[in-house]
Amino acid sequence: MSAPELKLALAPVSYFWPRDVLLDFYTAIAATPIDIVYLGETVCSKRRQMRGEDWLDLARTLRDAGKEVVLSTLTLVEAESELHTLQRLCEQDEFDVEANDIAAVQARQGRPFITGPAINLYNGRSLARFASLGMTRWVMPVELSAHTLADLQAQRPDGLQTEVFAYGRLPLAYSARCFTARAHNLPKDQCEFRCLDYPDGMTLETREDQDFLRLNGIQTQSAQTYNLLPYLDQMRGLNVEVARLSPQSHGMPDIIALFDQVRRGVLSGEEGSQQLARYMSNGACEGYWHGRPGIEAPGQVSSPLPRQQTSAPR
Amino acid sequence: MELVCPAGNLPALKAAIDAGADAVYIGFQNDTNARHFAGLNFDAAGMRQGVAYAHARGRHVYLALNTYPQPAGWPRWQEAVDAAAELGVDALIVADPGVLDYAVTQWPELRLHLSVQGSATNSGALRFYHEQFNIQRAVVPRVLSLRQIAALIESSPVPIEVFGFGSLCVMVEGRCFLSSYATGESPNTYGACSPAKAVEWRETPAGLETRLNGILIDRFEPEEHAGYPTLCKGRFKVEDHTYYAIEEPTSLNTLTVLPELAAAGVAAVKIEGRQRSPAYVAQVTGVWRAALDAYRRNPGAFSARPEWLKALGKVSEGTQTTLGALHRPWQ
Repeated sequence: MSAPELKLALAPVSYFWPRDVLLDFYTAIAATPIDIVYLGETVCSKRRQMRGEDWLDLARTLRDAGKEVVLSTLTLVEAESELHTLQRLCEQDEFDVEANDIAAVQARQGRPFITGPAINLYNGRSLARFASLGMTRWVMPVELSAHTLADLQAQRPDGLQTEVFAYGRLPLAYSARCFTARAHNLPKDQCEFRCLDYPDGMTLETREDQDFLRLNGIQTQSAQTYNLLPYLDQMRGLNVEVARLSPQSHGMPDIIALFDQVRRGVLSGEEGSQQLARYMSNGACEGYWHGRPGIEAPGQVSSPLPRQQTSAPR
Repeated sequence: MELVCPAGNLPALKAAIDAGADAVYIGFQNDTNARHFAGLNFDAAGMRQGVAYAHARGRHVYLALNTYPQPAGWPRWQEAVDAAAELGVDALIVADPGVLDYAVTQWPELRLHLSVQGSATNSGALRFYHEQFNIQRAVVPRVLSLRQIAALIESSPVPIEVFGFGSLCVMVEGRCFLSSYATGESPNTYGACSPAKAVEWRETPAGLETRLNGILIDRFEPEEHAGYPTLCKGRFKVEDHTYYAIEEPTSLNTLTVLPELAAAGVAAVKIEGRQRSPAYVAQVTGVWRAALDAYRRNPGAFSARPEWLKALGKVSEGTQTTLGALHRPWQ
C-alpha cells in the first residue's frame, strides 16, 4: 500500500444549488478523505444564494474539519461590480485564492495564488512568468494531454505545484449568453434562476440522440464525465501533486472514496472505474489525456480523422 | 477609428489596402495563428511583399501570432516572432503569456496588441497585460455589450479594438474548447475551430447532414441553406426541443452602431475573415471605409445607408446579421 502523496482536491461546485443543498453537500464532504476544497461561485454572478460572508463561514468550517480551503473567483468577469467582488476576494489573506480570470492574477500579484483551468498556461515560459508573480499551483487547461503535461513538468519552475482535472464534466466554454435561459426562451436578465432546476446542468443531444454537451448557465460542459481514475499512477509518475474532482449532485462522497482507495493502492484504477460507472450518467470520456478528441471514451479506437476536405454543396 | 482588415494572402492584402484599410492583419502558414487553414496565409517572401505594399501607401501590417504554443511546438512561435520583427511588421497580435514575454524581452521596440484570444473582458485583465508585457492595444471578445465596452474603455490603460463585421463567436474567445472536445483541435492549440478536415457532408433520406468527426451538427431540409458545421451553430436537442441551442448561424455587423462605437472611444474596428476571398475583403473594406469617412465628415448626420447594409448582407455567413452582444441593455 503506497502513501497517499497525491492530494485530492474538490473543484468549486459549478452548478447552482439551493443554499441548504449546498451546505449539506459540504457537510458530507467534510467527512471524506478529500484534502483540498475549492469554494465559490465561478460561473454566474447572478447566483447569489451564498454571500461573501457565507462562503467565508463555510471555508472556516471546512478548515476546522482539516481541509485546505481555497476561495475561487468568477471565471468570466465583465461588469465593474464583478471586478470589485473579485478584488475583495483577492485582498483577503485568510485563505488561498484560485484565479479564474487574469484580473485575479493582477489583483493577487506578489501574494500567493493558484490558477484555475480557464487560465491559459500552455508552455514553460508562461508557467515561469506566472510563478514569478506568486503562482504556487496551476491547474492544467483541460484540453492538454499527458504528453504535454510531461513536457511541462520537465520545464516547470522549482516549487510550483501541478493540479490535473481528473474527474467530472469538463468545463469547455464560457459565454455572455445564458444557454439555460435560452432553452426556456427567457432573456438572461430575467432568467428566473432556472439553473436551480438543473443540479447537473441540461443535457444537449445531437439530432440523432447522442449525448454531447451540458448547458450550465453561461458555461458549456461536456455531457460525458472525464475520468482519469485509471491514470493516477501515471500522474504520480509525472510528479503531479493534486488530482481535481469536480462536484456533481449525486455520489460525490463515494466518488472521492474510490479515488482515495485507488491512490492508496487498495483498489485498481480499472476496478475503481467499474464502480464509478454508475455515477457517470452520460458515460465516460478520456480523449484529451491521450491527445485525442476529448469526447473519446476509454478504449475507443477512433478512426483517424478524414484528411481530405469534402467539398460543400453550396 | 482605425479600420483593420483581414488578409489571407497577398491579393487579399492588396485588395484591403486598395479599398481603404488603415491596417491589415495577416498570419504565417502554420499553427501560430488562429486561421490555420490549408492554402491560406503568408510565407516570409509574401509577407515581405505585403509589408512593402502597405508601407508604400502609408498603411500598417499586423501579424497574428495568437494561438497557444505547447512545449513541443514552442520553437515555431519563437521563430515567428523573430521573423515578424525582422520583416518590419507594425505590431504583433498575441494571446499567449509566454509568447508575449518572449516578444517583449527579445524585441522591446516591437509593438504588441493583445489578441481577442487573450480573453481580456475587464480592466483588471487589461492592466495585467499592459503592466507585464507593455501591450499597446487590446482586441476585446465579442461577448461585451456596448455599455460594457464604453465602461471598459474608460478604465482601460490601452486603446481598445472591437470586431465590427464577420463571423461571430458567442463564446469568449480563448476560453472555448468545444472544437477540441469534438475533433481534437481547437483555436488555442491548433488555430482552427471546427476544422475542415473533420467535416463531413452526407446526403441521407432524412436530408443533408453535416458532421464534425462523426458528430451530427445539423440536418437540412431541401429548401434550407446548409451552412458550414461550426460546432456552436448547429441544431441540437435540449429537453426534446430541437433548435439552435447555442447560436444561430448569423454573423456580426455593427455598422448601424458606428456612432455609438465612436462615442465610446473605440480606437479600431476589426473585420473578421482572413479565410475569405479577396473579393469579400474588397467589398467589406470598401463599405466600411465609406461609412467611416461619412461619419468623420458629419458625425451628427450619420446613418447606415441601405446599400451598405445590402452589400454587407450579401457576403454574410448564414445571410443574416446581428449586433451580437452589443445591443444588450443588461449585463
